[in-house]
Amino acid sequence: MTTLDILFGAVGLITAASAVLAVTTQHLVHAALWLVVTLGTLAGCYLILGAELVALVQLLVYVGAVVVLVLFALMLTRAPMGRSPEHSSSAVQRAAAAVIGAGTTALFASVLLPALGGELRATRVADTKGIATQLFGSWVWPFELLSLLLLVALIAALAVSRMPSMPKTSAEGESA
Amino acid sequence: MIHLWLPLTLVCVLAGAGAYGVMARRNAVLVLIGVELILNSANLLFVTMGSVLDDKLRTGQVLTLFLITIAAAEMGVALAVILALFRDRGHIDLSEPGS
Repeated sequence: MTTLDILFGAVGLITAASAVLAVTTQHLVHAALWLVVTLGTLAGCYLILGAELVALVQLLVYVGAVVVLVLFALMLTRAPMGRSPEHSSSAVQRAAAAVIGAGTTALFASVLLPALGGELRATRVADTKGIATQLFGSWVWPFELLSLLLLVALIAALAVSRMPSMPKTSAEGESA
Repeated sequence: MIHLWLPLTLVCVLAGAGAYGVMARRNAVLVLIGVELILNSANLLFVTMGSVLDDKLRTGQVLTLFLITIAAAEMGVALAVILALFRDRGHIDLSEPGS
């Protein structure tokens, strides 16, 4: 066991536990708050792996913006504050979902772990300069395309949320 | 130096938890939380591989930054759709048919 192993084990354990709690808790707001813990500790994992720029962007964008959006959506849809079991499906469907979730984990583990799991590798030292050079050199066109995507998403979100509620009887083909 | 099975196991657990969340939840916002977990497991795989492989283009970390941006855009549009759904139906329970 190396130092990085122990560090990653400790932070990764919190990440995994809070991810499981985020999808199983009965409190709506607690699910969003466990998501904060998951994403925050995941930023810690990135830091341990030597990706400090990604860790900071994760903190800024995910913990700062996406989770706030989720909380706003919960508030705007009048989420109940206490325990509310009606947010999960029936017991049968939950059992099926648990089987499929465990199957997904087992499938990924059976592919990834035998291929790469046994190796002891050195992590790259954090070099933000190298990433910046590549980001604004080789990757500059995808980067610009992403800014266009953000603009389109912004306008689309505005248009969708301002869309007038459709009358129930009118033909939807004309309005679309 | 790090043993690769640790981050890879975390990738598998996050993907499994996300898949469970997408299928076991009825509230649309909670389904989105599951989708976010799956996206983050992909991110962690990118970062892990980018940090141990010697790649001049820094593909792992740059693609993670792109994926975070795409996730933010997706989240904005998805929440706008959920709000429109709530205004139309009065609830966001995905297991009930639309009115």
